Amino acid sequence: MKRILWLGLLGVAVLLLIVRAAGGNMPNPFGSMEGFGIWFAAFLTISIMSFLYDDNPFYKFAEHLFVGVSAAYWMVMGFWSTLVPNLFGKLAPGWTADVFLPGIAGTERDPMWFMYFIPLIFGALLLLRLSPKGGHLSRWALAFILGTTAGLRLIAFLIADFMGQINATLKSVAGMAPALTPGANPTFSFESMFWDLIAVIAILAALSYFYFSKAHTGLFGRFSRIGVWVLMITFGAGFGYTVMGRIALLVGRVEFLLVDWLQVL
Amino acid sequence: MSFITIVERVNELDKRWVFLGVALAVVLSTIFGLTFPEIPTPMVKDIFNKVESMPPGSRVLLPFDYDPGSEPELQPMAEAFVRHCAERDLKMYFIALWPLGQQMVEGVTNRVIEVEYPDLEYGHDYMDFGYKSGNEGVIAVILTDLKKLYTTDAHGTHIDQVPMMAGISNIRGFDLILTVSAGYPGMKEWIQYAGTPGNIPVGGGCTAVQAPLMYPYYPEQMIGLMGGIKAGAEYEQLLIGAYPQFKEDKRRYTTALIRMGPQTVTHLAIIFFIIVGNIAYQILRRHRGTQGSR
Repeated sequence: MKRILWLGLLGVAVLLLIVRAAGGNMPNPFGSMEGFGIWFAAFLTISIMSFLYDDNPFYKFAEHLFVGVSAAYWMVMGFWSTLVPNLFGKLAPGWTADVFLPGIAGTERDPMWFMYFIPLIFGALLLLRLSPKGGHLSRWALAFILGTTAGLRLIAFLIADFMGQINATLKSVAGMAPALTPGANPTFSFESMFWDLIAVIAILAALSYFYFSKAHTGLFGRFSRIGVWVLMITFGAGFGYTVMGRIALLVGRVEFLLVDWLQVL
Repeated sequence: MSFITIVERVNELDKRWVFLGVALAVVLSTIFGLTFPEIPTPMVKDIFNKVESMPPGSRVLLPFDYDPGSEPELQPMAEAFVRHCAERDLKMYFIALWPLGQQMVEGVTNRVIEVEYPDLEYGHDYMDFGYKSGNEGVIAVILTDLKKLYTTDAHGTHIDQVPMMAGISNIRGFDLILTVSAGYPGMKEWIQYAGTPGNIPVGGGCTAVQAPLMYPYYPEQMIGLMGGIKAGAEYEQLLIGAYPQFKEDKRRYTTALIRMGPQTVTHLAIIFFIIVGNIAYQILRRHRGTQGSR
């Protein structure tokens, strides 16, 4: 009975859409590629949202299509935006220009072009993970990736996050609000000093909660309880922002359905 | 039906009714076009004032590091930034570290610059560096030598033949980095690898999810921060105040303000569900406690 009711509702909805599209009040799915694209996007949007009611074949279809298209897209992007310009274009610029990018790529070869054999070899080593023998050789490439990434990011984190944040906090605790206009001097602000002192106390309290070398009793225990509150407020703010972000995406899809597809607004 | 039975039913309400409630809140408020005025917060005002204070001809780097997945949230602020820069006669340099960021740049230039500012000339008033793979590595390189990575622009024109590139050898040549970011690589990387080491003012907008992670950088390492659609709406409110011509076509110029209507109504609906759910839970707990003590 329930299935018949749902099929009936679906039939009425499809009928209404056909009448509306035939009357020219909606994009014609067979009139142009754009019209077909809008209808297909609307179908996929509704299919994905239908999961909120229950798992169903439409949702499965949309999910698998999304995963498949994403994987294919990233593979193509990786080839055209990384391998072609950053590897083939460096090793053999003339050949790359002729074969892949006619009229676009430069033909001047880098004086250190032979250095690009290193990433070529490392890239090949990475693929050896798929081989039953020699999979361990991929670790050389992975070690290089991890090492360079760690080295590159460590410096940035030390300067911008570690030193930068301590510098900003201490300056503010001293009451110096940074100047937002270039060339201007920082200004003294009691309000800035007050809020930054609160921030410093909150950070220390939150850190004390994760300090397990001392029993969380007495004054230290009460201080670490403040840390729990700080963490809860932080998680709450993060969750609130996440809800806002997700609702914004939902509003975007609803706008698409009402404005671009149904054209009722 | 007794009061407790009603409360029990509310407590065991199928979550799909909550989904339906949220869906109705979004759809109905979108159809009725509910909007509410926004009061701009200091972090948004700081970015607006910074752009407003820049002399005409100043160079603004606009990294668009987002894709269609976060377009509803970020596109309004990206368009607002471009409108504001165009109104102030600032030179705009678009760049993307996300593959689809390139398409976002094209979308904004097609919709805003070509339609609303047809007098702006590509290569003189705005240009597009295009997408480059390499994440933060790209920023680290162009901090010292831009032409090492970017020999051509997004259209294949040699960078030395683009008039507005004259005198720029690295990103220290820009007066402001105004990023629109949805994650990694994005706003954080522009601060870490360009803003802080290069002493270049960085500001911009990010997704709401990302915003709490970015607050510590304000105001020392960021001139301002816009988190999510609400901040976009606040920026639009400031733009309307300073440039009254943007009041004319609301659907074009105030997308974020329009989207904040359903946002507010839906939040009220969620708060309602939370309060009702908690009241029902507390009543039942007390009722069962009373029964247990008997």
